[in-house]
Amino acid sequence: MQREGSPWTGLWAVAAKEAADHLTSARMKIVLGLVILTAIGAAYGSAGQLKETVGSDPFLFLRLFTTAREPLPSFAGFLGFLLPLVAITLAFDAINGEYQRRTMSRVLSQPIYRDALLAGKFLGGLVVLTICVITLWLLVTGVGILSLGLPPSGEEVARGIAFLVVSVAYSAIWLGIALLFSTWFRSTATAALAALALWLLFTVFWQMLAPLVAGALAPVDPLDPMTALTQYNLQHDLMRISPTTLYGEMLTGILHPSTRALGLLFRSQMEGALMGAPLPLDQSLLIIWPDFSGLVAGIVLVFTLAYVSFQRQEVRA
Amino acid sequence: MSGAAKGDPVIEVRDLVKRYGGVEAVAGLDLTVNKGEVFGLLGPNGSGKTTMILILLGLTEPSEGEVRVTGLDPLRQPLAVKRAVGYLPDSVGFYDTMTARENLRYTARLAGLDTAEADARIDNALERVRLSDVAEKNVAGFSHGMRQRLGVAEVLVKDCPIAILDEPTNGLDPQSTTELLDLIRRLRDDGRTVLLSSHLLSLVQSICDRVALINHGRIGLTGSVDELRSRVLGGSYTIEVEAENVDIKTATAAIPGVAGFADLTPGHVRIRATADIRADVARHIVERGGRLTRIAMHQPSLDDVYQRYFEDQRTVEGQRAFKGASHAA
Ligand SMILES: Nc1ncnc2c1ncn2[C@@H]1O[C@H](COP(=O)(O)OP(=O)(O)O)[C@@H](O)[C@H]1O
Ligand SMILES: [Mg+2]
Repeated sequence: MQREGSPWTGLWAVAAKEAADHLTSARMKIVLGLVILTAIGAAYGSAGQLKETVGSDPFLFLRLFTTAREPLPSFAGFLGFLLPLVAITLAFDAINGEYQRRTMSRVLSQPIYRDALLAGKFLGGLVVLTICVITLWLLVTGVGILSLGLPPSGEEVARGIAFLVVSVAYSAIWLGIALLFSTWFRSTATAALAALALWLLFTVFWQMLAPLVAGALAPVDPLDPMTALTQYNLQHDLMRISPTTLYGEMLTGILHPSTRALGLLFRSQMEGALMGAPLPLDQSLLIIWPDFSGLVAGIVLVFTLAYVSFQRQEVRA
Repeated sequence: MSGAAKGDPVIEVRDLVKRYGGVEAVAGLDLTVNKGEVFGLLGPNGSGKTTMILILLGLTEPSEGEVRVTGLDPLRQPLAVKRAVGYLPDSVGFYDTMTARENLRYTARLAGLDTAEADARIDNALERVRLSDVAEKNVAGFSHGMRQRLGVAEVLVKDCPIAILDEPTNGLDPQSTTELLDLIRRLRDDGRTVLLSSHLLSLVQSICDRVALINHGRIGLTGSVDELRSRVLGGSYTIEVEAENVDIKTATAAIPGVAGFADLTPGHVRIRATADIRADVARHIVERGGRLTRIAMHQPSLDDVYQRYFEDQRTVEGQRAFKGASHAA
């Protein structure tokens, strides 16, 4: 059936209101405070480590993101773990919260489509996440300049921007997941718990589970070396179901310019390569491209599921 | 809006059916609301009032039937319909962390008003519902009555030709109820068409031009309060008379319209009548040398009408069910 008018009427009004809400909400301040403190801590840790160990690394600045000082994980590791938490905080009560506050029918009785409400909430969250990621990046850069005493090179800035894009995409899929749960579950507590359970599964347990599952599905025959390869590939594919794995791989590709492939590397692929020589940026981007497409496809899928579920919902609480 | 004259239909519902699973929440409903009237939709909880209103707004799809709001189909032109209708949902909610003004601003932006226009209207509306003092306060601290008034303010800001209010007086104390009814009257005085639903009958009968009794998703009766009264109760009035030095019964028995008596004490009689015959009663008593000390008429409220009507329905249904059962046996 043909609908009159644009489905996006009111989109910006919703997005602006959501973003403003998030930026002033107490819960966001708490989570952001936590993330910023850990980020600064991690950056200082790695800066200290770098001063002790590395002499003349051409990408010293990028090392800030990935160097870990025991027992703390690296800045990148922190982000992989905490960005989902920020995204979940933003969206776990996006739709069901409107029912709970009994504002849904009032808002939907305005001349807008439901599309605008759902997309506006996603967009508003995305704006806040982008601000958040950029802030963190600037903080780390600031810490780097202060403690290492040198500014990032042009290539490092370019890779930093790639890092921003990838981080926003990674947060976006968690935003989508939280949004989906907020349409599926009428109780905000249930939606939050479900999202947090998935977060723990993907950020903590998946790395342990994937090898077990791969081992059970494709056992290695000691006489046939190909079975080992099959198992490894299966395990790698399983790992890549988790957005956290994809994010980690992409960060490796971007922040370690010498990365030549994500996964196993065969001798034939190394033919003529200088060991440890950095790749140009476009080559690095090519390496992470499949992972990035996968992540974006995931975002589209999750958002579509939320859309379908929300379109069919009764408006009354 | 179209230049519909007062009295033209603005809301038309034909053979409307809405099924949830196998249950018919609305079961073949017909309704016409004319321009400029306050129309009351009265029925007990679960009778399908909210469902019908949501269908009018295009927020729920009907299973069968046809709906027109200012000539538009809410399914095909939902945005145009929603631009023409201001809606106050039952138990309306607001964003607690935002002020009253911010809440109204948000919906005004969704409605497509530009900021300056919206701000002027918001000031006006808040003034009118007497919330100007708390305009900058968070809604979290608002009482139920204040929220309900804020909901009316939102309808005022949107400034639509039609206002649909779902259970507007539900859960309000008597004073807030009076206030809200006043606001609704003023909505009508501005030339709006008002459709309101309620299960609180006596309150609504004071402001509705026409009323539809709805039960089990069907309209039982439609008409003005007076029409319903005479149709359901056969136009029965009770006149209470107190007089001295006269036998009230014999003095008034000959008056046309008297249907019966019930005496309480010798000087205090209740006359059942088919019309308002107070003047005749007084004249007859005085002519016979009686001293009339009190005469009062008890008019049945819509509550009585409603109760009587649905009691009858229930009895009929009970008999039907009973017959069905005995038939099966
Ligand atoms: N989403 C739903 N699913 C199933 N039944 C529903 C749903 N919404 C309403 N109903 C049923 O429809 C009937 C009419 O409800 P409603 O329109 O809310 O009545 P009212 O507003 O007059 O109290 C009720 O019996 C209710 O149980
Ligand atoms: Mg209702």
